[in-house]
Amino acid sequence: MISVRNVGYTYMRGTPFEKTALKNISFDVADGEVVAIAGHTGSGKSTLIQLMAGLIDLQSGAIEIDGLSVADGAIRRKVGIVFQYPEHQLFEETVGDDIAFSPRNFGLSDEEISARVTEAMRQVGLDAALKSSSPFELSGGQRRRVAIAGILAFKPKYLILDEPTAGLDPPAKENLLRNLFDKPRATIILVSHNMDDIARLADRVIVLAQGENIFTGTPRQLFARQEILRRAGLEPPPVMKLLHALGIDAVALTADEAEKIIARNHLPHPLNQPITRPPKDGRSPELDA
Amino acid sequence: MIRVEDVRHVYKTADERVALDGVSCTIDDGEFVAIIGVNGSGKSTLAKHFNALLLPTSGKIFVDGLDTAAAENLWHVRKNIGMVFQNPDSEIVAAIVEDDVAFGPENLGIAPEMIRQRVDLALDAVNMSGYKNFAPSKLSGGQKQRIAIAGVIAMRPKVIVFDEPTAMLDPQGRREILQMVKRLHAQGLTIIYITHFMEEAAQAQRVLVMDGGRIVRDDTPREIFTDTNEMRRLGFDVPIAVEMSDRLRKRGFKLPKKILTATELAEALQ
Repeated sequence: MISVRNVGYTYMRGTPFEKTALKNISFDVADGEVVAIAGHTGSGKSTLIQLMAGLIDLQSGAIEIDGLSVADGAIRRKVGIVFQYPEHQLFEETVGDDIAFSPRNFGLSDEEISARVTEAMRQVGLDAALKSSSPFELSGGQRRRVAIAGILAFKPKYLILDEPTAGLDPPAKENLLRNLFDKPRATIILVSHNMDDIARLADRVIVLAQGENIFTGTPRQLFARQEILRRAGLEPPPVMKLLHALGIDAVALTADEAEKIIARNHLPHPLNQPITRPPKDGRSPELDA
Repeated sequence: MIRVEDVRHVYKTADERVALDGVSCTIDDGEFVAIIGVNGSGKSTLAKHFNALLLPTSGKIFVDGLDTAAAENLWHVRKNIGMVFQNPDSEIVAAIVEDDVAFGPENLGIAPEMIRQRVDLALDAVNMSGYKNFAPSKLSGGQKQRIAIAGVIAMRPKVIVFDEPTAMLDPQGRREILQMVKRLHAQGLTIIYITHFMEEAAQAQRVLVMDGGRIVRDDTPREIFTDTNEMRRLGFDVPIAVEMSDRLRKRGFKLPKKILTATELAEALQ
């Protein structure tokens, strides 16, 4: 379990450029949960995940992971963090070496490392034949998968994903999400401004605006509260925007749900003809169709 | 005008990957053309051919009738075709916004007082006049991308090629850039806009669909995006209004063909 208690953070403290990034943030992440952190650029979400991964030091409050403080180096083996554009961090000569980098650092045996590399490549949907290729000869989508496989290879119990699908095309995106989110999977903290992904994947959402936690709840509860989305500068998912454009005030997370709601609100022809309107020149509306 | 004639491009890597496999098209002055395609379909490779960042392995590209592969034409090509890339951080060269915008025109050898004027106009065009003396590092992603666009505008190109300019931006940044692009088009620039976002491509007058290094469709956004089977086959998302119209038709709703937007669906359901 991850527990975040009264966490605050200020950049350039004590200078004229002082900027408060986080104010008094508290929440828990239970084992197996998918918790999304949503917010506009500058809302504090990057600061929060860097604190959770122990990459920057806490200033106030406490973050514990399985009872260990994030200041304890031991959490490094429990928490994997996939930054935006992780492919920029590839550096080894072959795909296999790049993926093996962290398990090797953790002192695993060669057989174990090799098994982990194979397993991680399978998990992200990379062809095993690419193991000896140079990562720099691969397409952008493939490089992204190599970088993520490198994180999965050390089997972190917690996975922090920062906009993992940015810049990927729809099939590559679906593939990656399936690989990361299908069970068995890590406990996931998903940072995203894609409300469609949050609607489909998250158990709970934490919304940040100007460094404050302005909402914690399920995606369904969030999308029922337009004022929170507006305040946080977030857009509702496309299905919700469609419902609004059709003048329907309801919450839908998927196209299936939206379809049923629309069908209920607009019964199909000919039943949707207002009963008060007399048929034109005596003909029944069906004949007009 | 840009004319692409049967262009092939093979990357000189160990596996000799064919990125473009016989591409032909013509882009007229003043057009707003979107290019879509999945990762690896060749769209960025094609974009880099328009201003001779890459040259064809075979085939020809002509800009205003000049062959991009001829060294003596390079100046004209680069001067008239500006490029904006995905990551604004890798395009910004100076520590102060106005110096960054001045970089291009300075390299063209333009007189300093003319540069001053061009920089002011370019910053004005992207609504960033108030940020002249800012450090680019203090700006948001959308603002940085607008500075990168101002740098291109200051060179007064006739054509701007955007290679996924919004991929790294948040929803607000994406809206800002798309508005900017539409305004530049309205002012007469030719726009070539490469994107993963179908709702952005839908704003263009014409869409080229790339698959496996070829142009497989060349049509209006309405014709392309309402062809749901083809869109799915090529690996694209179908716009939500198009998908919902399909679903409702299957339920027996009588809806007009080729509904593209939520507003059109709302009208049809009235």
